Amino acid sequence: MSPDDARSAIGARFSGAEVGTGTPLMVTVAPGHWAELAGFAKETLGCCFFSFLTAVDWKEQGLEVVAKVDNLDDGLAVMMKTRLGPGVSTCASLTPIYRGANWMERECWDMFGIRFDGHPDLRRILLEDTWEGHPLLKSYAVDTPHPPYR
Amino acid sequence: MLDQSTVARVELDWAGPERITMNMGPQHPSSHGVFRAIVTLEGETVVAVDAVIGYLHRCHEKLAETLTYAQYPSIASKTDYVAAMTSEFAYVMAAEEIGKVEVPKRAQYLRVICAELQRVASHLLWLGTWCMDMGGALGGGATIFLYCIREREDILDLFESLVGARLLYGFYQVGGVRYDLPDGWAAQCRATIDRIDQRIGEYEQMLEQNPFFLARAKGVGVVSRELAQDVGIAGPLLRGSGIPWDLRRTAPYSSYEDFDFRIPVETDGDCFARYRVRMVEFREAIKIVRQALDKLPAGPISSRPALKSVAQIRIQKGESYARVEGPRGEVGCYLIADGSAKPYRMKWRGASFSNLSILPHIIPGHKVADVVAIMGSVDPVFGEVDR
Amino acid sequence: MKGPIPEIPAPIWRNFKDLQEWELLHKTRPVDDKHSVLFESVTEGIHSFPGGFVVTTAADAFLNWARKSSVWPVTFGLACCAIEMMATFCSRFDVERLGMVPWASPRHSDLMIVSGTVTIKMAPMLLRIYEQMPDPKWAVSMGSCANSGGPFRHGYHVVKGVDRVIPVDVYVPGCPPPPESLLNGLLLLQEQIKHFKRTGQRAAPNEKVD
Repeated sequence: MSPDDARSAIGARFSGAEVGTGTPLMVTVAPGHWAELAGFAKETLGCCFFSFLTAVDWKEQGLEVVAKVDNLDDGLAVMMKTRLGPGVSTCASLTPIYRGANWMERECWDMFGIRFDGHPDLRRILLEDTWEGHPLLKSYAVDTPHPPYR
Repeated sequence: MLDQSTVARVELDWAGPERITMNMGPQHPSSHGVFRAIVTLEGETVVAVDAVIGYLHRCHEKLAETLTYAQYPSIASKTDYVAAMTSEFAYVMAAEEIGKVEVPKRAQYLRVICAELQRVASHLLWLGTWCMDMGGALGGGATIFLYCIREREDILDLFESLVGARLLYGFYQVGGVRYDLPDGWAAQCRATIDRIDQRIGEYEQMLEQNPFFLARAKGVGVVSRELAQDVGIAGPLLRGSGIPWDLRRTAPYSSYEDFDFRIPVETDGDCFARYRVRMVEFREAIKIVRQALDKLPAGPISSRPALKSVAQIRIQKGESYARVEGPRGEVGCYLIADGSAKPYRMKWRGASFSNLSILPHIIPGHKVADVVAIMGSVDPVFGEVDR
Repeated sequence: MKGPIPEIPAPIWRNFKDLQEWELLHKTRPVDDKHSVLFESVTEGIHSFPGGFVVTTAADAFLNWARKSSVWPVTFGLACCAIEMMATFCSRFDVERLGMVPWASPRHSDLMIVSGTVTIKMAPMLLRIYEQMPDPKWAVSMGSCANSGGPFRHGYHVVKGVDRVIPVDVYVPGCPPPPESLLNGLLLLQEQIKHFKRTGQRAAPNEKVD
């Protein structure tokens, strides 16, 4: 599947999606269509390779979840994004569709505080279970003290 | 002396439905780093694995928002500290992609030479530690370990004369590289890689005629094609499971299209297949270095002037995802720049993070001894996992 | 035929109510950790003779020579410095000629080379391993991350130096220190051990000042 075919297929299926040009193909959808887009990418676009999933904190505009999947046979790279909106920190989980999203979503919960609905085991992965706060949010200072070690 | 019926009774009693939880704690002799695997056992067979990571979480992504584009590459090397230039490469490429910075041809070739030498050095360390894990530090395993570290020291000598540091460098900068080849470096490099090429043949012969090695590596830790793509592992793990995906061929960067090399692919998906992939990658990396040294063009080594202040490089607003084929797989840097000297958000797509997440899927069903062999063939580096 | 179920005590690192109690642990030596009565009386007896101190000094020198010539480090590699530590243990920069055999079990080792960044999640584990080592034990802080937090000092999850967790005897600077530097540090440690005497107090970990 070539990038132009992919672009037209996404545009046909998701009316509100914004699709960019160039590689990787950037697709922005509303949070309600997040899992649907991932399923569409896996089934129709043939993107079976799950590259990564992360989030960005845009301060007043809220959080944004970014995921990238690849079609290894055709060399198609799709970067899916969704803006959760100010104050919202829940999102649908991609773990039922891509098993690689498991640890990546745990990291987003750990670092940003985004709860993924449908994740089988959402707990902290990089920090201790008793850690308070979500460090990669812009409101968290980089050298926040943590007694008794610092 | 126990008779046969007594022995049978004892064994059945222990390997019943009771499950034991065993902790392979953050400090353990298979020297891969700080990793905790809580394995649930039924007798000797592993039933479940809970991988606890984060013991080396050094806040790279948050620190990158406070450090400039000139300051961060030397910190970036500390993610994949075994092949440090890979991470620097990804970060610098991401910044160059957003800022539309041209990299001169000589700098591109130097980057390729260093990346391939890093690949050889990293695979040497992998081979040494994997064989040491399987053979035991005081048993036969230390043989290959000492040989491989001896070769690796020769490559680190090359880096020391080029950059000044053995393990962690600040060689790449936005726009090119920082240092040029000193006199005599090319000749020393050729002599070193010729020697390594010949010695790797000896190690291959030593290992593949060893029935213990074959018994521990063949058929262990099979990763199917479908699982490999779904979880997102990359590098030798993907190529060992039959998928011919190598970023240097499919999405060439930094003049890789000028070089002639082949991509090894094995279909078995077990530890032995991954071992074969890496052994061929040794030879191919050496071939690339020879070609690059032959064709090395003259010219500037950076399109940006030499760094005089840390806030010198400003990248305009934009975002990009740059990826590099590192020794462990796809190392990617997702960078969002906002026009200042520091990035707004930087995310490391660590190859080892995705590779390690395959462990809970493939270890159940194996014996405890295979856990070490599988972890070694996955080759995690915890700087990349925990960032 | 079932084996006994062991009683595993609660993890020791959660028992601290506050910073003061945690610091107190390192300022004092355990109550029962002193020489036996027999040892004290024998030493008194030797010292009561004129020139008796020569015997104890010679004994000390002999014991210290034995201690410094076979310091066994526990392989405690955390991060990048671990790779340089492994290179130091290998053929080119051999430490076995100094008598140091890297040993995985803390119960059988004398030295802990903390090589790499100590994070807040790892610090209790490090303390646990250190406490499992029998006395006399030494600690070498290798690399700038273990010395002071290093390039990651300002991170939220990084301990600003391993000397906030365990008492350190030798600091080896570098990022990472090349094997020559680490060997220099280990030779300095051997010098220190030459002057080792069994005194009551051990240097405490540093005051926690951010």
